[in-house]
Amino acid sequence: MTRETLEQLEARDDFIRRHIGPTDADIQKMLSAIGLGSMDELIDKTVPRSIRDDRPLAIDNVKTERGTLDYLREMANRNKVFTTMIGMGYYGTKTPSVILRNVLEHAGWYTAYTPYQAEISQGRMEALMNYQQMVVDLTGMELANASLLDEGTAAAEAMAMAHRVSKSKSDRFFVGEDIHPQTLAVLQTRAKAFGFELVVGNAFEELPEDDLFGVLVQYPGSCGAVRDLKPVIDKAQGMKALAVVASDLMALCLLKPPGEMGADIVIGSSQRFGVPMGYGGPHAAFFATRDEYRRQTPGRIIGYSIDSQGRPALRMALQTREQHIRREKATSNICTSQVLLAVMAGFYAVYHGPDGLRRIAGKIHRMAQITAEGLRRLGFEIVHDSFFDTIMVHVPGQAGRIAAHAREREINLRVIDADHLGISMDETTRRRNVATLWSVFATKAAEQLDIVQLDTEVEENIPASLRRPMDYLEHPVFHRYHSETEMMRYMRKLVSKDIALNRAMIPLGSCTMKLNPASSMIPITWREFAHMHPFAPLDQTQGYQQLFEELEDMLCEATGFDSISLQPNAGSQGEYSGLLTIRKYLDSKGQGERDVCLIPASAHGTNPASAVMAGMRVVVVDCDDHGNIDVEDLKARAAEHADSLAALMVTYPSTHGVFEEAIIDICDIVHEHGGQVYMDGANMNAMVGLARPGKFGPDVAHLNLHKTFAIPHGGGGPGVGPIGVKTHLAPFLPDHSLIEGVNPASGGRETIGAVASAPWGSASILPISWSYMFMMKGHGLRKATEVAILNANYMAKRLDPYYPVLYTGKDGFVAHECIVDLRPVKESSGISNEDVAKRLIDYGFHAPTMSFPVADTLMIEPTESESLYEIDRLCDALIQIREEIAAVEKGEVDRENNVLTNAPHPHHLLFDQEWDKPYTRELAFFPIPELHEDKYWPPVGRVDNVYGDRHLVCICPPIDSYREAAE
Amino acid sequence: MTTKYSEDHEWITVDGDIGTVGITDFAQQQLGDVVFVELPEVGATLDAGDEAGVVESVKAASEIYSPVTGEVTETNGDLEDKPDTVNTDAEGDGWFFKIKLSDSAELDDLMDAAAYKEFCAEQG
Repeated sequence: MTRETLEQLEARDDFIRRHIGPTDADIQKMLSAIGLGSMDELIDKTVPRSIRDDRPLAIDNVKTERGTLDYLREMANRNKVFTTMIGMGYYGTKTPSVILRNVLEHAGWYTAYTPYQAEISQGRMEALMNYQQMVVDLTGMELANASLLDEGTAAAEAMAMAHRVSKSKSDRFFVGEDIHPQTLAVLQTRAKAFGFELVVGNAFEELPEDDLFGVLVQYPGSCGAVRDLKPVIDKAQGMKALAVVASDLMALCLLKPPGEMGADIVIGSSQRFGVPMGYGGPHAAFFATRDEYRRQTPGRIIGYSIDSQGRPALRMALQTREQHIRREKATSNICTSQVLLAVMAGFYAVYHGPDGLRRIAGKIHRMAQITAEGLRRLGFEIVHDSFFDTIMVHVPGQAGRIAAHAREREINLRVIDADHLGISMDETTRRRNVATLWSVFATKAAEQLDIVQLDTEVEENIPASLRRPMDYLEHPVFHRYHSETEMMRYMRKLVSKDIALNRAMIPLGSCTMKLNPASSMIPITWREFAHMHPFAPLDQTQGYQQLFEELEDMLCEATGFDSISLQPNAGSQGEYSGLLTIRKYLDSKGQGERDVCLIPASAHGTNPASAVMAGMRVVVVDCDDHGNIDVEDLKARAAEHADSLAALMVTYPSTHGVFEEAIIDICDIVHEHGGQVYMDGANMNAMVGLARPGKFGPDVAHLNLHKTFAIPHGGGGPGVGPIGVKTHLAPFLPDHSLIEGVNPASGGRETIGAVASAPWGSASILPISWSYMFMMKGHGLRKATEVAILNANYMAKRLDPYYPVLYTGKDGFVAHECIVDLRPVKESSGISNEDVAKRLIDYGFHAPTMSFPVADTLMIEPTESESLYEIDRLCDALIQIREEIAAVEKGEVDRENNVLTNAPHPHHLLFDQEWDKPYTRELAFFPIPELHEDKYWPPVGRVDNVYGDRHLVCICPPIDSYREAAE
Repeated sequence: MTTKYSEDHEWITVDGDIGTVGITDFAQQQLGDVVFVELPEVGATLDAGDEAGVVESVKAASEIYSPVTGEVTETNGDLEDKPDTVNTDAEGDGWFFKIKLSDSAELDDLMDAAAYKEFCAEQG
């Protein structure tokens, strides 16, 4: 045996081997199976020569997996975590350890996908139902969605919805001036795209008499004031405007809820319910409204229905509102929301219950009262008499000086203006923080203040009419799990109901459910990353700045773009930002009137929804029988709209999983007619290391860091959707009204503004993509792409004899995913793609993507992380299911009542008194022997979607009463 | 009474100057189980081809267009609680709205039953 070198023994590239499923020997085996000799041959036959870029990616280092964490540790140490009293919608919070360990750090929660397959998602949907119930209770509204991207986005969505439902003909929206400034900035960007006029003023004194479609006020105000909103709400509704309230769930544990004052929409952030600030995100924004507006509500809503046995079962309700069905007529472009964070916030409420929340809110409020009283005794004026957690101090001409002094004592305050400081208390505020703060204001005199004494002396400052009784969270779920043991078991019970990546591969085409490496997840909970306020001064966030710079450099290298904006919180927000950037660029050239966006018929539904949000007109371009853009039709459309053409949105490789040969021509045609090319980067996983879109035509693209770059899907969010652009677009990328330097290329020119609340979006999860790229290095990233393509082609080859593979490139190969056709099966047996998808659950698998982009097909994307063993296991299951279908075709079993149409088979069927199915229990539950060893039991039978949409229930019902209703 | 059909799969049965509008049986089959119908407001004036409402199944949502110009005089409130009537009796109890025709000549632009049947056959 040859002696190995030290370098070989060190195995510095070991991470690459761990991330990529198939071994080198497997790779050879798979290549032979598809009739090829080498990986190069496969790539030559799949990726068009014209776009190939074989220059190795300059992403290189000698760090091991462990060494990477050490390096990142050093980076984290450059962040200085001060005591945060800035407020403005971001607050210190104590994530209960039982939730940290059993949710945020648990692969069963963070590697799950959006609950499209209801039967295998009951656990996280129950958690989301808890979240919706919590939001409904605390806001006093009738209906809540399952989260939006952030508070600013939620406000913008509320504005858009107000315009849809208001009976007023006005295009003006009023914003009360005591709004979080970042929320206002996001509203301004959105209002401009929609052509709305924003009117900012004092809602209590300056509200116009007429000509508004909506009014937004913050409660409590951004600077702390607690005021009765009833007069504002009444006046707004008197002119047919919708009353929108931006609020704070913690404050609402003590304050009269906006719903009781008549609000139409209530939005805000649930961050301080146990989700770290994370330098801006991710956090779940909430959105609550009246029941009558349910069909106009943006975002996912979880609702109850019944399953095939008539038992209650959860599902995503009213999906026809959403972009994947309604396209340009959708209520919003949102897809991914913030499920993982909403789940955490919901669990925070479950764990603490109403008593616990009221105690926490009470402590925060008391700390604020004591702090204010102390400052008064030191001679400072407190501007508002009535506040919850935020006090505004009048310090004529001294705000900057005092804030600087506070920073010397490691406390960050909010400088509202030269004369005013804002001070916010939170769950983590300690007595000694208050004492230190006082000493910042008056070194000597502060020593005389006694917190214990003040505690006995301060009087309630919220008027009785604005306090609420403990009338919330009465559902049993908020009372049952208050011991750590019970809580731990409850979360385990829920997570066991679901299929996530820790159980089996999730072969969802277009979703890229690859491994989320454990090492990359570790840094996100380090306090230097987690406990950073987004508006902390830049000199305290140098570690983050280094992280952004290095991540942007790696992303530019991988994509060929020149600049990156990390601000967009999801792919959909990336699309919106990218299109706005294009429009701003065109505007700078005096072509602001260009507003036509060409979108191929095969596009993701998000594309047209985003184009509409960017104020554009959608023109659909035909596709040929192979799913490729019809180049002749594109030419015709581009010529027809040459004077108004702004952009083409194109997914590459296509949504049909094929590298279109004509892509360069397509980009040229659009450029020749004065438009820009937007590439939807959803399928970037097929290109990293092989081709660089910034070099072959597209001007801008978004990247789904939660697909290609290993951020987990979290059961439906968080996502991160940065956009990469060519140099000419860079000056117009998003910036931020509160933090300088977010877009260094702007050079003082006007950009598109802010698209998200936080300057760098969901900053705290960027270490995941950074770690992934850093550990994979250039050659590992390329190999990942090659293996992703190999895995897809291997599956296509194995499945094709059973289910015809639709769409291949010119040499008969697919890209990183394949579409298998179930239309012939439907024709011959009546078995639908849904039957196959649900039958896969009995085999322990999550189904592939159903009916996208072609109805009655399944789209399969294995990713590079799945091993040959797992891929064969899925192929075997699908092939065996094909045999089950054959029995139907041959008439051996009933067409309506068989093992497929009745799938999935939940465990309670086992105990039916009589087994009345025309097949055995063994076939129903254990179609393959391996299942005896490890069986996934679906908690419910097939969910009845029609029943759920006809009888919408989206708060926690008493289970017994619901069962009666179902009967 | 005459019944005519549009290319958007609406039917209209005219009695005097009042037309009753719904979607055809072919359309309801294409949609699947209807879960919700959004109807126009009584008193609304619509041009032929204007969007008059939305019909939703679990997987699809389609706009309903008014086949003629006129003023909406009545809507079928029963559909609010029983949207499945559109599936069970699309061209009867599953009607959507009644409209007072401004110009009965517009009916000439619509198909009769035989032409519509042929139209559907072409659509497969």
